[in-house]
Amino acid sequence: MIAKSDIRAEAARLLDYFRAAGAAHVEADILQPARTLIDLYGEDIRARTYVTNDPLRGEMMLRPDFTVPLVLHHMANGEGEARYTYAGEVFRQQQAEADRPSEYIQVGYELFSAEDPARADAEVFALFGEVLSPLGLRASTGDIGILMAAVRGLKASQARKAALLRHIWRPRRFRALIERYSGRAPVPPARAKLLADVAAGRDVIGAAGPLVGLRGREEIEARVRALVADAAEPPLSEGESQLLDEILSLHETLPMVLERLRDLEVDMPALAPAVERFAARTDALAEAGIDVDGLMFEGSYGRSTMEYYDGFIFGFYAPGAPAMPPVATGGRYDALVRALAREGGCPAVGGVIRPGLMLEVRKGMA
Amino acid sequence: MSVKLGVPSKGRLMEKTFDWFAERGVKLGLSGSSREYAGHVEGIEGVELVLLAASEIPRELAAGRIHLGVTGTDLVREKLARWEAQVEELRPMGFGHADLVLAVPAAWVDVSTLDDLDAVAAQFRARHGFRLRIATKYHRLVREFLRDAGVADYRLVDSQGATEGTVKNETAEAIADITSTGETLRANHLKVLEDGLVLRSQATLLRSRAGAGDEGVMAELLERLEAGPLAE
Repeated sequence: MIAKSDIRAEAARLLDYFRAAGAAHVEADILQPARTLIDLYGEDIRARTYVTNDPLRGEMMLRPDFTVPLVLHHMANGEGEARYTYAGEVFRQQQAEADRPSEYIQVGYELFSAEDPARADAEVFALFGEVLSPLGLRASTGDIGILMAAVRGLKASQARKAALLRHIWRPRRFRALIERYSGRAPVPPARAKLLADVAAGRDVIGAAGPLVGLRGREEIEARVRALVADAAEPPLSEGESQLLDEILSLHETLPMVLERLRDLEVDMPALAPAVERFAARTDALAEAGIDVDGLMFEGSYGRSTMEYYDGFIFGFYAPGAPAMPPVATGGRYDALVRALAREGGCPAVGGVIRPGLMLEVRKGMA
Repeated sequence: MSVKLGVPSKGRLMEKTFDWFAERGVKLGLSGSSREYAGHVEGIEGVELVLLAASEIPRELAAGRIHLGVTGTDLVREKLARWEAQVEELRPMGFGHADLVLAVPAAWVDVSTLDDLDAVAAQFRARHGFRLRIATKYHRLVREFLRDAGVADYRLVDSQGATEGTVKNETAEAIADITSTGETLRANHLKVLEDGLVLRSQATLLRSRAGAGDEGVMAELLERLEAGPLAE
């Protein structure tokens, strides 16, 4: 068991390290308005966090991470280029893994900058890499932006692309949509009947009895029209769904992945901007002193765990301890800033370290 | 030391539980007036009857304050995280059948599956500026079910009763509730999604993993109950 006082001392050391890198120290409240977080992440987050009730402020949540309060802090303080660091407890309910702590300390570094995203990504990754280097951790990286670019490049309707992008962080639902759009999943009988009834000119809504609730007739009609249009749309080609599979199964070092992406770009020119970003980042990482030939990239890395991280993502893992959560994780979350800011919003990249896990790894090495 | 048996304190669930035990030679009864929540057990020594709200039985079992209990599987799964680690399901009792289902307005002709519900949730949010509301009292079960199905952009609103009415009252767009015949759903112009069965529930005999009370009494009681109904 590692003493909390030791974890705090380690957190203080990390905080100094990030301060020396130019970050301003920011404090965030432990009690956060639950509404903001539930609006952002959906109902699921309730099962992973502690929600409590305040008679005047309504539902409050014990801070599950610092990212959202930091983005709000940045929005309230001028939106220019800024570097922040913070340290403190976060709180997570553990529904299934009772041996994982529900309260632990995180230390983070966040960089808000509209300039040169590749350089910003490399700055954050290099900072984390350096402070973690004595621990001999294994790093993994990914970039959901490439998958998103591929979806945008599909020969499909805007409605289908929007549905796929909406579920980009939910692999099972994404897969189900691909199956359906490729014509590989059968049309549910009720859908087939609806389409036939509409084609025969029947008043399907009227026949279903009185309409109750807030969702109006015109909304139902709009979706019925969308279903009719979708049924008439040609299926995704074999080649296109294969291309998505290929991107998702990439698992190579950065230079090898870049080569592979250049090949894919020939089949789908729409990938070009995302591939250029990847190339620029790889260069920036090399310039920052990272051994890119030894750095792995996984096409589906972080996909189900890091919603709103829509660009570069990374994690540092203790080798030989597969059950241990990552010692550090981070990435680019421009989509999160956009969701919170509604308009504008400064692009941002950052990450967190768990000092408690650093100490555990060090103890294992001794 | 005795074995504490917790059973529902009122209604048909209590009566059926009493019948079920009586068929197996264990007579449960209320002491004094029927308004007093105290009971007695005949036909076996060392068993103490505790009358509780059905919804409290899972928690009491988990804490080991009662050693055996009768309640619906829906309540066990809703009230207890990792319920298998806390209680053991000994046997279904063959009554108290109820299905927890997801239902939407019958006039939503464009919605018959969870896929549709998910798509409509996105449409609804874009149109109304807030998430599609699902009224229920089974928060954990419904949330887990919808997470596994990958449904997004919804919000659960708590409803402890008359849940079928929330759609007409426009405090929710869909509901998740217990139904046995579906009549109340139809009367409120709602329909069940084709793949909207969250859980099939019935009254179940449960044992606490936190404590058995008197081992000897427990063994004898279980033997009696496992043996099935006595011949007339």
